[in-house]
Amino acid sequence: MTSTTIDDAPFIEPSTRQRRNYLNDEYGVLSWLLTRDHKRIAILYLFSVTVFFVVGGIFAFLMRLELLTPEGDMFTSDTYNKLFTLHGIVMIFFFLIPAIPAVFGNFILPIMLGAKDLAFPKLNLLSWYIYMVGGVFGVIVIITGGVDTGWTFYTPFSTQYSNTKVFAITLGAFITGFSSILTGLNFLVTIHRMRAPGLTWFRLPLFVWSMYATSVVIMLATPILAITLVLLMVERVLQVGIFDPALGGDPVLYQHMFWFYSHPAVYIMILPGMAIISECVAAFTRKRIFGYKFVAFSSLGIAFLGFLVWAHHLFVAGISVYSAMIFSFLTMLVAVPSAIKVFNWTATLYKASVSWQTPMLYVLGFIGLFTIGGVTGLFLGALGIDVHVHDSYFVVAHFHYIMVGGTIMAYMAGIHYWWPKITGRMYPEWWGRLSALLVFVGFNLTFFPQFLVGYVGMPRRYHAYAPEFQVLNVLSTAGATVLAVGYLLPMLYLGWSLKFGRKAGTNPWGAVGLEWATSSPPPKENFHHTPVVTWEAYDYPAFLKAMKETQDA
Amino acid sequence: MRSNPTLHDLQHPGHEGEEGHDEHHHPFLQHHFEDLGQQHEASTLGMWFFVAQEILFFGGLFCCYFIYREMYPAAWKAGSHHQNWQIGAANTIVLIGSSLTMALAVWGAQGAKRKFTTLMLVLTLILGGIFVGVKGYEYAEHIHEGLFPGSAFTYVQHDNPQLTRGVELFMTFYFTMTGLHALHMIIGAGLLLWFIKRTWRGDFGPEYYGPVEIMGLYWHFVDIVWIFLFPLLYLV
Repeated sequence: MTSTTIDDAPFIEPSTRQRRNYLNDEYGVLSWLLTRDHKRIAILYLFSVTVFFVVGGIFAFLMRLELLTPEGDMFTSDTYNKLFTLHGIVMIFFFLIPAIPAVFGNFILPIMLGAKDLAFPKLNLLSWYIYMVGGVFGVIVIITGGVDTGWTFYTPFSTQYSNTKVFAITLGAFITGFSSILTGLNFLVTIHRMRAPGLTWFRLPLFVWSMYATSVVIMLATPILAITLVLLMVERVLQVGIFDPALGGDPVLYQHMFWFYSHPAVYIMILPGMAIISECVAAFTRKRIFGYKFVAFSSLGIAFLGFLVWAHHLFVAGISVYSAMIFSFLTMLVAVPSAIKVFNWTATLYKASVSWQTPMLYVLGFIGLFTIGGVTGLFLGALGIDVHVHDSYFVVAHFHYIMVGGTIMAYMAGIHYWWPKITGRMYPEWWGRLSALLVFVGFNLTFFPQFLVGYVGMPRRYHAYAPEFQVLNVLSTAGATVLAVGYLLPMLYLGWSLKFGRKAGTNPWGAVGLEWATSSPPPKENFHHTPVVTWEAYDYPAFLKAMKETQDA
Repeated sequence: MRSNPTLHDLQHPGHEGEEGHDEHHHPFLQHHFEDLGQQHEASTLGMWFFVAQEILFFGGLFCCYFIYREMYPAAWKAGSHHQNWQIGAANTIVLIGSSLTMALAVWGAQGAKRKFTTLMLVLTLILGGIFVGVKGYEYAEHIHEGLFPGSAFTYVQHDNPQLTRGVELFMTFYFTMTGLHALHMIIGAGLLLWFIKRTWRGDFGPEYYGPVEIMGLYWHFVDIVWIFLFPLLYLV
């Protein structure tokens, strides 16, 4: 089906065919920096998170270079400490947490709701500025010598002993947290109050459900991080013993407080990924998502259970065996809603005519890698195995399967899926598929050896290691190189497509959804007339029937 | 062609013109809302969510406070003895008074009583200012006594180092909790200034009073935080 046919279809609002859109509505730097249009703010975020992704990636690559050889010959251990710390901080606080909500949530969510904008457009712009202020702190820290505490800022090292830029980077993370909170608040109010007429809760695309769950977690978890970091800064500046045992404080309390945010933060990173996967699975199988309500409620289930498992990061930190057992059990429970999602996506794929475009390749990668990441999470949730592999490369591999294999795969799927909508141009499909393949192969080559090397005892966070681990580490570094190429290619061909890409048309994928009913790129106000929704989400059977009738007529 | 009226058919209610805006919309109706009712509901809900995250923010702090209170009961007792509860109680009354004037301001805004509302907002600002001023006086006293934690901390019990540490920890929580509360008060005072200007200009009326109500929500929340802080830091 070509895009022309779809443009001629009767269910496209005729006035969307005109040329004015959010990109050419106004020109000039100020029209971007002072914009309140959620779509332009999404573009601002897209640029910023990409910059941080590249920065974080460079740190990762330097680490992999160091780990080519067992000797610590390239960086001193102090420099290496800074590398993994900055890699973690930049990737988590400045890329993974904002990436999908702030880019695709901002761009797509209001359109999916049939709204003209988010509920609070000025607040939305403010979120971006707050994020950038936090980012400036990050950049200043990187330039002026870095920080070496690990991204978790564990006390008392971070407050009493580390003589690096701990204060500045925690302040940066604190500020960035407010950007997330305001974005989450904006999404929640928008979903509650800005839905188009007829768009009931169970007609919402699953993307919206997942974003809703994400926003709840952001709203309720991030303030705890904020107050924890405030106490950390107070302790560091005044040299009092809030978390320092030598001065009367309790370091384990810091870990409880930190993980009460940072474990839910894992769901802040993965739930938006799941949001994209649900959209793409439906679009590329041309089917309804199997068990819509189960998938919708499993998002809320993950958000809820995600708050109850934080202490599984503390199994060897001196918590009681009894509480460790309870947290181990609760950790196993999180697998249930996650598995519901995986099974329902798989059931949707069953006997479907799947089209193998780039977003779908990433989706399949996500489903496989997320499952591996999730199942190894169960290993780690089991007390005995956790004691064995704690602080080893097994843990590193596990969370990279979730965050890179999960979230970034989904991010890549999303960027290819909505690229035509955002820019009005198609990316080159062949290059897209090639990069999806490279990312999948490179990712597995990088991180699967880390499961093995961790299981046999290689600890994380050292720049030197025993010689018998070298083969697996060389494989891992080779994989990282392939992965880097896989990530660089899209930057090139997506940039190329802005000028030379084929015009996308309103609905290049033949997908159902309000975002595919408005032009590409959308007009500034998204819809000239507020749509009235009379259909269920993913109503592909009726859509395909209508398409056929249109073509016959 | 139109044989599928129920399906993906973006209906065009009413006008077919280029821009489908109502001719008589309110000057403060933002373009992306359908009507003032939706705008009001959205902003109110937004403030409730904001309050929810504030509760978590202060909740984390209270949680740490209680844990250390359990660890150092003697120090907590000694620390609260350094608080002047008469001043604290008077300040609490001042703050509750400011909540009353704030509530009256919301009532005035709903009834289009421009001068009354402005007066009430000014009173709220003054009472809030008195509160923060008194807090500053208390801070000065504590610092003078050597109770500010860190290198300035000179309240040393040589026979009981654990008590010294505990009192320092208590004072750390005292300054962090009241300091964050005072910061919220100062932000609220800044907002009040802006609201006084808007009210005097005549922005608010029975149709459009949402912002004042939301300002009230924020102010009451900050007051309620103090209602918890006062007994925890001064009395128990």
